[in-house]
Amino acid sequence: MTLLRVEELDCRYGLLQAVRGVSFELAQGETLALIGANGAGKSTLLRAIAGAHRPHGGRVLFDGVDVTSMPAHRRVSLGIALVPEGRRLFPSLTVEENLRVAAARRGRWNVQSVLEVFPLLQPRRHMAAANLSGGEQQAVAIGRALMSNPRLLLLDEVSLGLAPIVVDAVYRSLADIIKEGTTVLLVEQDLTRALNVAGRVICMLEGRIVLEGEAASLDRDRVVGAYFGLKQPA
Amino acid sequence: MTIVNAVVQGIFLGAFYAVLACGLSIMFGVMRVINLAHGDIAVLGAYVVFVIVQSTGMSPLVAFVVALPVMILLGYVLQLTVLERSLKSGILTPLLATFGLSIVIQNLLLISFSPDVRSLGGNAGAITTSSWQVTGGLSVSALGMVILVMAVLLFGALQLFLSSTRAGWMMRATAEDADAAELVGIDSRGVYARATALAVAIAALGGLFLAIRSVFDPVSGPTQLIFAFEAVVIGGMGSLWGTLLGGLALGVAQTLGAHINPEYSALTGHLLFLAVLIVRFGGGRLSLRMAR
Repeated sequence: MTLLRVEELDCRYGLLQAVRGVSFELAQGETLALIGANGAGKSTLLRAIAGAHRPHGGRVLFDGVDVTSMPAHRRVSLGIALVPEGRRLFPSLTVEENLRVAAARRGRWNVQSVLEVFPLLQPRRHMAAANLSGGEQQAVAIGRALMSNPRLLLLDEVSLGLAPIVVDAVYRSLADIIKEGTTVLLVEQDLTRALNVAGRVICMLEGRIVLEGEAASLDRDRVVGAYFGLKQPA
Repeated sequence: MTIVNAVVQGIFLGAFYAVLACGLSIMFGVMRVINLAHGDIAVLGAYVVFVIVQSTGMSPLVAFVVALPVMILLGYVLQLTVLERSLKSGILTPLLATFGLSIVIQNLLLISFSPDVRSLGGNAGAITTSSWQVTGGLSVSALGMVILVMAVLLFGALQLFLSSTRAGWMMRATAEDADAAELVGIDSRGVYARATALAVAIAALGGLFLAIRSVFDPVSGPTQLIFAFEAVVIGGMGSLWGTLLGGLALGVAQTLGAHINPEYSALTGHLLFLAVLIVRFGGGRLSLRMAR
């Protein structure tokens, strides 16, 4: 069953066109990785799906509903949650307040179950988010998105600026979340990690999709070629 | 002993300034909007209470409770019709929009109520006239105590709201990052509208106190705005407890100035404000220029 459908999406910042006619579908329970160089339009695409960026053209359909012009907070109540780039926590709120303020939909996830998946947050529960380490902040950001019990979880560069050992921990928790059946669309710079965690991969270049396929069937060289826009022998 | 009296009276006066400043502080804290019509909204609130008192003869305090829903509604409408649109077009537009609103309110009040000076002091009954003579040089007025207690309760309630309720967290989250708040399901438009409604309601309380403790006319607003603004800046922009302390400091500075010479009342308040500005924002640059 198709959960998300993006049709001919165009996104612009003034004259700059960040996303050019992108179309793809995402089935319920699938994990899709968006890869591509900086400026390929991955984050913009994610923000447009979440409602943080108003697209210039095209449509976004979620579970059959056209959400293209719906404000972000209403998409959250439908079940779309974005973990934004740079985490964007509310610095003066405590960990628990950051989580509880985001509880838009009821379901499997609550403060207790989020803290179980991210045990490192347990002792930090009543600490202001501003005083957390990068890894702890990232865990709160993911937990905060989970609090709305999303059907579609959008993750934007969750490993950015984190120590490799912390990234490992974040991805281990992510694997648990994927196992729960949440549909995940993630942007990831690290190709190996993207290919490991995702069932399907989309590679973007200059706002367009240049390569799409099952993670298992794609060989690394082809992905690298698409990533950098190198000419491929047919 | 007269110095002590001046300080005590200053605290009472300062509590009034703090109430006036509270709404200004909320709107700046949540939306980064400096509402130049804040003083006029307070005076408008005073007129709403005045009309209710005139037509029903009830006590101004009861009339304020009746006026409250009107002011809250006005806040919502103000946000959704004027401020929300101006917020989208940069930081200067809300300043211009509220400046225009200030002129509109003043002139509407002039047309409706004439430039006559009014007061609700006579309608408020015993609280305007009662006082306790503590010692020879120190007297505590009932009205001063009422305003001080109300101010402390108001700021305490707001603090509790912001720190322990989900609606309060939503307001703080939106204030800190409106974009991210939307992404976790918070309707930032709704939060902004609630913040403005709250600010307008509290401004009306300030207007009520103004009307009871002294006099008002259609153009009293800007003066109230200046004192409220000074209180907010002295206490640190956007900080709630800071605004209470800033109001008290401004009140004490004014009464101490008046203690030296009645003409110095407003002047010492302005001097404190300028001193805080220089220390907080201009200190480093000032000393650099002097070093050259």
